[in-house]
Amino acid sequence: MSTVVTDTHSAHDAHDHHDHKPTGIKRWLFTTNHKDIGTMYLWFSFLMFLVGGSMALMIRAELFQPGMQLVDPHFFNQMTTMHGVIMVFGAVMPAFVGLANWMIPLMIGAPDMALPRMNNWSFWILPFAFLILLSSFLMPGGAPAFGWTFYAPLSTTYSTDSTALFVFSMHIMGMSSIMGAINVIVTIMNMRAPGMTYMKMPLFVWTWFITAFLLIAVMPVLAGVVTMVLTDKYFGTFFFDAAGGGDPVLFQHLFWFFGHPEVYIMILPSFGIVSAIIPAFARKPLFGYASMVYATASIAGLSFLVWAHHMFTTGMPTFASLFFMYMTMLIAVPTGVKVFNWVTTMWRGAMTFETPMLFAIAFVVLFTIGGLSGIMLAITPVDYQYHDTYFVVAHFHYVLVSGAVFSIMAAAYYWLPKWSGVMYDDFLSKLHFWASLISVNILFFPMHFVGLAGMPRRIPDYALQFADINAIVSVGGFLFGFSQLIFLAVVVKAALKKGEPAPAKPWEGAEGLEWTVPSPAPYHTFDVPPQVK
Amino acid sequence: MNQQQPKRQDNSRVITRLLASVMIMFAFGFALVPLYEKFCEITGFNGRTSSKAATADSGMQVDQSRVITVEFHTRVSRGVPWEFRPEVRSLRLHPGEVKTVNFYVENKTNRDVVAQALPSVAPGEASLFLNKTECFCFENQPLAAGETAVMPMQFYLDPDLPDHVHRLTLSYMMYDLTEQARPRTARVERSE
Repeated sequence: MSTVVTDTHSAHDAHDHHDHKPTGIKRWLFTTNHKDIGTMYLWFSFLMFLVGGSMALMIRAELFQPGMQLVDPHFFNQMTTMHGVIMVFGAVMPAFVGLANWMIPLMIGAPDMALPRMNNWSFWILPFAFLILLSSFLMPGGAPAFGWTFYAPLSTTYSTDSTALFVFSMHIMGMSSIMGAINVIVTIMNMRAPGMTYMKMPLFVWTWFITAFLLIAVMPVLAGVVTMVLTDKYFGTFFFDAAGGGDPVLFQHLFWFFGHPEVYIMILPSFGIVSAIIPAFARKPLFGYASMVYATASIAGLSFLVWAHHMFTTGMPTFASLFFMYMTMLIAVPTGVKVFNWVTTMWRGAMTFETPMLFAIAFVVLFTIGGLSGIMLAITPVDYQYHDTYFVVAHFHYVLVSGAVFSIMAAAYYWLPKWSGVMYDDFLSKLHFWASLISVNILFFPMHFVGLAGMPRRIPDYALQFADINAIVSVGGFLFGFSQLIFLAVVVKAALKKGEPAPAKPWEGAEGLEWTVPSPAPYHTFDVPPQVK
Repeated sequence: MNQQQPKRQDNSRVITRLLASVMIMFAFGFALVPLYEKFCEITGFNGRTSSKAATADSGMQVDQSRVITVEFHTRVSRGVPWEFRPEVRSLRLHPGEVKTVNFYVENKTNRDVVAQALPSVAPGEASLFLNKTECFCFENQPLAAGETAVMPMQFYLDPDLPDHVHRLTLSYMMYDLTEQARPRTARVERSE
């Protein structure tokens, strides 16, 4: 992807008036600049990561020993619920939107996102959504305690009035995501630099393009489901209540019709990030670019046909069980293609192990472990054993923490020189990587065993034979949690411009338009579109 | 610098289409509710039996070679102080054989209520083959304070019941519908 760009410095001088921006709070409140908005998304998601992480630590503190020590069961349930909601909608998704805002225009040679004012709005409604959600802790009965999956009737008949706040905050998060998705699609369709054909786009752009379509397809369904929960609870409808002709199982069908594509929304951009980083540090072009694009699209398509694998134990005809089992296993094929391509890219490459590469390799290994436990869960008869145990918790934390979150960290290290203009602190970043890698495995790997042995998820107390493993898991949890403060230190240091100045292209093998602009990226880039050959 | 690259499509057209997709998917979420109901009615997916009385075909052959165990299970919804039980916990019958089972209900409260029992069959696929010629669940049950009632349920199993089904459970959940005037499931064809 060699490119010729007009001399950015002279273009910059000629259009100096463009760098005028309001200072102080007004700059951030009224900004329509994709870099500012991306930065705000990323900081917001990091804040939410810490908030959701503290809740996880409260869960792990209670589970350190059997018996009830620190919190009461109802508060424990609030913790599991809010941890899930905040990590999914507050940490992982906004982090990806932040990366999309920063990188997509830079990667396709566009001066900004296509809809900058909507971009501002889609970010700024997000803090209010989480303010509403978190304020529910102050209500009588506390925050929602029905699990992030808010199954009816837990969220209808048996919930407290915080459900209303939960529903409204979900509506706002959904609107924000939908606006973000529309912006990404319009930007990618209409703002590509001349010569940037679809099949020349970097994979991060491709995966986000597909993710955005998934968001458009399923976020409205989520909005519908939370609306039904609201009307069932307050306005006398019977969508999910058998007394009035509804069906609680219908809730699960609707929720997982959203929920399964949602888990791919949280992993597809990771695939794009890793597909950018591995070739850069293996100094080889990505193996099988086209197959990566098609594999991503297949995963997205299949994600609509597997939702009921979350519901095997609700009782299903054999035919339906088999259908969902086979469709789920089929997803292993395109995913396998991806893992194969990453490994083949590294094969005989001139590899170096800078921090982004370390996180990317850890992603490939640990995500694959999470994928394999996913195949185990897909087998209907054994799912009866695994369902709602810690095995499931181990599975989705492997794909979400050592998968999605590791890829976000890889992305942060990879592009931090471009964002801040300085190289991150190498020692601290390596310390962060090794501390995270070791602690994340102490935290989640033993959960497999305790789950197979039958420990159910979402309980504040457990049988004595699980005590040792839970103690180990809790230690891993605290180590992992506090390791993230190293990451905070690295990012703050870079944001304060403490470090060696970064060249325009700090990574020898990196490819892409984002490395043709100086570091830090000027406030306005690609005023004149680059020509892509 | 105003020379932007040529736009491939008008932004507003793409946005309009995407917004329309959002609206369609929002509507689709709600459309799934009746679609699911219809789907369950055809496939017996959620184990709900028909709310209409079946008529036993006089020419129906009783399949003497098979014996099916039918278990009865009753529950009242949470916090409702009624007693509700079948006269037998289970019975064994041949497909095609018509049987009657009585259910007893007692309103232990000191107020008049309207109760509604909702059936559910497990496994769900068997629900299509359990036919009731008479059932208290077809309509509301008004129960005066302290009243006791005997409610008959007459049914037969269709001889086409799949071969692998040897045992099925018919479960009734009794709801207090005093508040709701005319619930959807209580819609019955026959006059009251």
